[in-house]
Amino acid sequence: MDLVTALPETTARKLGLVIDLDICVGCHACVVNCKEWNTSGYGAPLADEDAYGDQPVGAWLNRIHTYEVKPDKGLAQIVHFPKSCLHCEDAPCVTVCPTGASFKRAEDGIVLVEEDWCIGCGLCAWACPYGAREMDPVEQVMKKCTLCVDRIYNENLPEVDREPACVATCPARARHFGDLADPESDVSKMVAERGGFDLMPEQGTKPVNQYLPPRPKTTGFDEPPADLVSLAEPAAGGFLGWLDRVLEKV
Amino acid sequence: MHPAYSVIFFTVTSGAGFGLFTMLGLAPLFGFAPTGAFGWTAFVLAYLLSVSGLVSSTFHLGHPERAWRALTQWRTSWLSREGVLAIATTGVAGLYAIGALFFDRAIIPLGLLTAILALITVYATSMIYGVLKTVQRWHQPLTPASYIAFSLAGGSVLMSALVALFSAERSPPLLVLALALLGGAWAIKLVWWRRGDTEPLKSTPASATGLGHLGRVRMLESPHTGTNYLMKEMVFTIARRHALKLRAIAGLAGGLMPALLILMASVVPGAGLILLIAFAVHIAGLFVERWLFFAEARHAVANYYDRG
Repeated sequence: MDLVTALPETTARKLGLVIDLDICVGCHACVVNCKEWNTSGYGAPLADEDAYGDQPVGAWLNRIHTYEVKPDKGLAQIVHFPKSCLHCEDAPCVTVCPTGASFKRAEDGIVLVEEDWCIGCGLCAWACPYGAREMDPVEQVMKKCTLCVDRIYNENLPEVDREPACVATCPARARHFGDLADPESDVSKMVAERGGFDLMPEQGTKPVNQYLPPRPKTTGFDEPPADLVSLAEPAAGGFLGWLDRVLEKV
Repeated sequence: MHPAYSVIFFTVTSGAGFGLFTMLGLAPLFGFAPTGAFGWTAFVLAYLLSVSGLVSSTFHLGHPERAWRALTQWRTSWLSREGVLAIATTGVAGLYAIGALFFDRAIIPLGLLTAILALITVYATSMIYGVLKTVQRWHQPLTPASYIAFSLAGGSVLMSALVALFSAERSPPLLVLALALLGGAWAIKLVWWRRGDTEPLKSTPASATGLGHLGRVRMLESPHTGTNYLMKEMVFTIARRHALKLRAIAGLAGGLMPALLILMASVVPGAGLILLIAFAVHIAGLFVERWLFFAEARHAVANYYDRG
């Protein structure tokens, strides 16, 4: 029996995602395409329960939260926040697995679940600080992002489509896929340029996926405008202003 | 964290069972060879408690039929180690019991090995939780300390009850030991609670989103309108309102009442029955204590669902 929950010392490549929080519009297209691809791809289908009823609940590998970020002074900012498995270098979900169903691949760093070995104890989901693993409500095995391992190496697909479903579908191009171990890759350059960061670095998981921060706001608004009507109907000057005043009196 | 009854039952009863195995292993050193009717009752009880706990822990599995695979990853996984150690302990305890029950000879080295393995098993159980950085309240050295202390306390109360029942005279040193272990276990638990309540949280919505430098972060829209596995399993908050009352109930039933019953048993007749009641009350208190262990625990993923 191979002992596979030991993490590889290093991985040759670090395949992962770079997610641009400045660009994401929160349309959930990546969420839907992820579900669509993964319900028919690697492993058991991604099930839902009561899908058309009052209390639908199901397994998703990618979810988008929306946050309000309010500075001490000035206006709140809305940030859409896609979240999926970060394929951590020091993945705590892998080492806690009692069966060897969870493993991290030495060749590309992808964290996967061998579903036929999974006993559905749920401990890996407890070990993940990001909420990246969800139990399938029907198959009772742990589901997680595979980085679309069945797309990115799939020679039946045209080369242009060999990227994760979430990346392929993003209409705003807020998601990027590449090798974060290669400093010359587009994703690595993007991270260096924009100050890409780890989620919850204090958890010591060393996530591969990186997030790019929202760019600083360029508008002059520090406070909400006092008169919203004046914004919608700016006062007209000159001939139009004269006409406006005359018509007002008629 | 969601307090699953199977896991609460597992940790409490297997803790008491392995505590009793420890006491039985050490018993010959203190002049109580676990032989005859006393030995039979004690070993059967220790097996019932530890094995029923282990069996119940498989009830929350999605695929119990594959549970054997959980014995393979002992190099990295505390859950796997716990399974392997539990089997090793009950196996060695079996050899020890055969000597004591069938040949009337408690083999001291086997007893010592049983005691040591039983304690390491309880340590492994506690480390299933203690190793998780995601639950700050659990990730502290006092987590294994409190599991081991409660295991020993429960084992010693049950042991003193059995000795009193079968030898018709109580053993004052055993009663003192049970009192001391109960007191020690609850002292550790109180410090454990205090640390969990006062230590500032390392992970926050700010660190979870990396947006803290822009201002105060709160969730505006959840990913879906309904609930999900993560929220049901890890963002459980119902207990917090009643936490203090429940802690008082746990401490009364799990510590104070058994202690008073032990004191009572040291002076009035019928010590065996009184001590048996003390054990039952103690276990009831520990069910509440263990329920709180899960229900009060805040998981890091809750940061993503924080509506501020």
